[in-house]
Amino acid sequence: MSKKQHYKITVNGKEEEFLAEPRELLIYTLRERLNITGPHIGCETSHCGACTVTIDGKSVKSCTMFVAQADGKDITTIEGIGGPDDLHPLQNAFKEHHGLQCGYCTPGMITRATKLLEENPNPTEEDIRFGMAGNICRCTGYQNIVKSIMAAAAEMNAAKEAAE
Amino acid sequence: MIPAAFEYYRPKDMAGVLSILEEHGDDARVMAGGHSLIPMMKLRMADVPHLIDLQDVEGMSGIEIGVEAIRIGAMVTQHDIIDHEPLASAAPILREAALQIADPQVRYMGTVGGNVANGDPGNDMPGLMQCLDAAFTVVGPDGERDIPARDFYEAAYMTAREDEEVLTAVTIPMPKGGYAYEKQKRKIGDYATAAAAVQIVNDGGTCASASIAMTNLSDTPIYSEAAGAALVGTSVDDAAMNAAVAAMLGDIDPTEDNRGPIAFKKHVAGVILRRAIERAWSRA
Repeated sequence: MSKKQHYKITVNGKEEEFLAEPRELLIYTLRERLNITGPHIGCETSHCGACTVTIDGKSVKSCTMFVAQADGKDITTIEGIGGPDDLHPLQNAFKEHHGLQCGYCTPGMITRATKLLEENPNPTEEDIRFGMAGNICRCTGYQNIVKSIMAAAAEMNAAKEAAE
Repeated sequence: MIPAAFEYYRPKDMAGVLSILEEHGDDARVMAGGHSLIPMMKLRMADVPHLIDLQDVEGMSGIEIGVEAIRIGAMVTQHDIIDHEPLASAAPILREAALQIADPQVRYMGTVGGNVANGDPGNDMPGLMQCLDAAFTVVGPDGERDIPARDFYEAAYMTAREDEEVLTAVTIPMPKGGYAYEKQKRKIGDYATAAAAVQIVNDGGTCASASIAMTNLSDTPIYSEAAGAALVGTSVDDAAMNAAVAAMLGDIDPTEDNRGPIAFKKHVAGVILRRAIERAWSRA
């Protein structure tokens, strides 16, 4: 066993310091060490995207990153995107358009979608399907996920226009 | 999934990387985005007692577009390639290929250097770089050297890079003419059943030069000189394409796996190469 190291990461704006082995996968750091259980473990093999978080502006599968790599980074999880009393437009759109059934993939879906809309605020259906290809849902057949993201994009653009 | 324990290093410069490699020899490995290595470590198919993370090493994330060549730092990600407009206009085949690699999350992390250095026959960049006649710069204790992509791959995961060397950059002669990267895969995120990289020059309706390389159809990428030669001097008509496909089929050596039996892979390779030639020629 290698020795525990001191790490400092920022999660949803809060600085976290702890000791961990470098081999710890970031998803376990988040879920078990920091009790941030929004990001889920689906496949644990870099395929399903349920563990997606945003790290320094990139959508990352946190099952495929060692905590040592994340040292010093700024991380956003679904908890940092919106909560029950202040839903993000994407969260609201998923609710309105039945973008989820069991909900297991949803935190990863929405976290990835925030980044997708940041990079492309006016995506076509094809853009969304391609940009969400790293996230797997086993319930919905994706149609309502795509609809939700389209609706959220429209709402976010309208809100932006109104603010300008 | 818990990988075996390792010591982790994040040096700030290449001298630091090389000294750790020198000290630990075979027990040390460098990691770029980690999206090939980490899954192997999780499965305990790779044992890396000393893991050197390259993310803080300076000078490996640049894309330089010169008059005669393009230089891409090893830590440039697939996402960077897709996102870089000047690169997409200088060498559009790079964006076309990068968009067919893995999925968005993986492309933010996966690097050009990792993709070409890993030596996995399923990786797309090695065949692409052979098509483009790129050279890989490696640095080691004895200094720097360039290795042509066409001489780099020896067998699966075996390359001309020595264990104590690190791949730092890829240099591509400015591509000319039409291009295509065509890939058949079972689903997004999959490796190719067959993929073809084609770069072709049209001189008044006659093919002046053609470069063809294939992915995941042997234990290395396959640069098929004969397939390119079959097109040169022709109008890239049906007969020429048939000759190119036949020449390519003579150079590949696919094996049966969960992507299909050998006969199927050869069939798909022919279909994919024909599509790639047609698309490249239409853009030439």
